[in-house]
Amino acid sequence: MNEAQLRELTREFLAKNDPTTMDRLEFLRARFDAGLAWVHFPTGLGGLDLPREMQSVVDEELAGTPDNDPRRIGIGLGMAAPTILAFGTEEQKQRYLRPLWTGEEVWCQLFSEPGAGSDLAALGTRAVRDGDDWLMTGQKVWTSSAHTARFAILVARHDPDLPKHAGLTYFILDMTDPGVDVRPLRQITGEAEFNEVFMDNARVPDANRLGAVGEGWKVAQTTLMNERVAIGSRPAPRDGGMSGVVAETWRNHPENHTPDLHDRLLDLWTQSEALRLAGIRLRQQLAAGAPGPEGSAMKLAFARLAQELTGLEVELLGDDGLRYDDWTLRRPDKVDFTGREAGYRYLRAKGNSIEGGTSEVLRNIIAERVLGLPAEPRTDTKVAWKDLPR
Amino acid sequence: MNLLYTDIEDDLRASVKDLLTDRAKAADVIARTETTEPYDLDLWRRLTELGAVSLHVPEELGGQGASTREVAVVMEELGRSVAPVPFLGSAVLATTALLGCKPSDEVRSLLDAIGSGEQIATLAISLATAPGSTVPDAIRSDSGLSGRVRSVADALPADVLLVPAQGGSGLELYAVPVAQPGVEVTPVTSLDLTRPVADVTLDRATGTLLAGPEAAEPAVDGALWTAAGLLASEQLGIAEWCLATTVAYLKDRHQFGRPVGSFQALKHRLADLWGDLVLARAAARNAADEPGQLSASVAQALCSTVALHAAEECVQLHGGIGMTWEHPAHLYLKRAKADSIALGTAGRHRQLLAPHANIPA
Ligand SMILES: Cc1cc2nc3c(=O)[nH]c(=O)nc-3n(C[C@H](O)[C@H](O)[C@H](O)COP(=O)(O)OP(=O)(O)OC[C@H]3O[C@@H](n4cnc5c(N)ncnc54)[C@H](O)[C@@H]3O)c2cc1C
Repeated sequence: MNEAQLRELTREFLAKNDPTTMDRLEFLRARFDAGLAWVHFPTGLGGLDLPREMQSVVDEELAGTPDNDPRRIGIGLGMAAPTILAFGTEEQKQRYLRPLWTGEEVWCQLFSEPGAGSDLAALGTRAVRDGDDWLMTGQKVWTSSAHTARFAILVARHDPDLPKHAGLTYFILDMTDPGVDVRPLRQITGEAEFNEVFMDNARVPDANRLGAVGEGWKVAQTTLMNERVAIGSRPAPRDGGMSGVVAETWRNHPENHTPDLHDRLLDLWTQSEALRLAGIRLRQQLAAGAPGPEGSAMKLAFARLAQELTGLEVELLGDDGLRYDDWTLRRPDKVDFTGREAGYRYLRAKGNSIEGGTSEVLRNIIAERVLGLPAEPRTDTKVAWKDLPR
Repeated sequence: MNLLYTDIEDDLRASVKDLLTDRAKAADVIARTETTEPYDLDLWRRLTELGAVSLHVPEELGGQGASTREVAVVMEELGRSVAPVPFLGSAVLATTALLGCKPSDEVRSLLDAIGSGEQIATLAISLATAPGSTVPDAIRSDSGLSGRVRSVADALPADVLLVPAQGGSGLELYAVPVAQPGVEVTPVTSLDLTRPVADVTLDRATGTLLAGPEAAEPAVDGALWTAAGLLASEQLGIAEWCLATTVAYLKDRHQFGRPVGSFQALKHRLADLWGDLVLARAAARNAADEPGQLSASVAQALCSTVALHAAEECVQLHGGIGMTWEHPAHLYLKRAKADSIALGTAGRHRQLLAPHANIPA
């Protein structure tokens, strides 16, 4: 199918499904069933087996119609879905992808633990076989949207006698299971976007395993690769992101202008523009069938620029910068980096260099996998997990 | 908008690269800097034979009919090799200024002569001149062309100077042959060893008028903008060489019983440099693809900083060998530092971006 045919198909879909009269959810389900959800997915699973970049044709045609609010279901779209697609059974794909995409079922990611963050493979949540089921016991932390999630992607340890990477298995967990307890974790912004999740013999049928027993690390790599891409290469119009927000604040506060702030802001604006161009370039590479590792550089730059821009914005506000909008503990149902006020943006941006792999770990990955520099000597990869120092 | 390299551009790069690998070896380039012939005119002739010197000249004016995209690819390779050829002066500044003039017979024959390598030209303007400012008026045209311009790039090998001069009713542009009593090109001790600057003194020199008051200013300023945008590609080439050379060295160099490239403090610096290059490449390609004030200033503000930082890291991470005359790192540092002043500093270009970004002072 070429672009013109896809456009035609989308128009036909819209002619048959009028979003102004139709129920929002029904419209989204119909869109999924028409293959117009994510065209690069297989036919029958919300897609049409087309190249990823052709999605823009659909998005253009369907602009302004009800969408699935990616800020609310980002983990499902960006991480769970590609992992299920890559490793799921046919039943799993049929069961989970449609309500994931329509937003009927929110997903969360149960990876990080108190003792395993950057070193994810050190995690200790136990998965113990019980007939046709598995029983999960352990603690996860920093779990965004666990309080709204219906399902989780979960990595757990099925065998502590194996070395750390080999003893992991990947599961889909039903968050409504009685063995699951979600508690809010308050953040520096005052709100609780993320949570602690305790599992005490939470039950997972073996049919909800993703990938083979012992393949957990490999499956998790797929999730993490998609996480980095999802955060780094979001398309944006010039000034559509944080640089636009801060430029607006600049224009509204001429009383606080100094040559120093002006030059710093222009510098950050310029770098943001280059980051936007790098995003366009990366998408052109993908379209040409030559994806590169540039996404990881973009995530690094994105985090750094978001932090510097928002820091500058608070400074720019003068005495308004001394105030904060609201410290009330809230449990938001979506993530919005540019939302609320300058103080919130400044504090929320601090997470950008931690979530989805810290900037330090990302630099390790670039140095070793892109530049081919030698790895640090390691002592932890061949020993049984249970014998590792912690 | 296409920010990638086309197959044609890849082919062009391959042939320029072959030539430079063969004819611009680091040791030879270093040795030449202290001779009486700092420019490699034999290499220049070979570049003209490839057609690499008239790329963005339309075919009806005797050029290759390509665009600034291809010129940028050559600039990348020349930056990567710091080859001592007058490309910026002759193929970019002078050629673009000529393309901004009405195509008179004189303009046509000059373009021909430059493209074929028969003559080398440059724009007689300080390399530190930023586009978008008033063109300097050091030369006057009232009674012959007289005046002095400092720090002109690629004037040393030039046969003809394109001279912006202040006349009775505004700026004019003249073609001034160097071989005449009223023209003196004085070598100076240049920071950049592979694109040495020189001072130009005119004393009642004669020249041919190429553009009068209406046309001269836009022709000269247009050439400066185009050159600024393309210089970003040279800076990209410099930075790529510095990163690749440093990575290779740190994989090989052992201290404390392991490659120094396995120490995280260094890995992170190189990872950051690689990340800077991802942005610089996008900005440089954009300036080559859509030449203009916005794209040129974004590319200059970014790439001149990145290239200089890459060259400084290259020297530091090589340790003692990086401080030597024998190792080529200094050629790149000197070029990168000179480039950071050339055609407007990063800070100047940021200021020029203020209206585009709607961020008024
Ligand atoms: C807002 C937010 C949302 C999050 N959402 C989720 C979620 O939904 N699901 C989930 O599973 N996780 C989530 N996380 C967790 C996140 O993935 C981890 O915080 C992150 O991987 C770092 O782990 P850690 O917190 O244990 O820090 P640590 O790994 O303990 O790191 C501490 C410091 O050491 C540095 N460091 C660690 N190892 C190295 C190394 N080898 N070289 C150099 N420096 C190193 C780190 O960069 C960091 O600065 C979220 C985090 C944040 C901030």
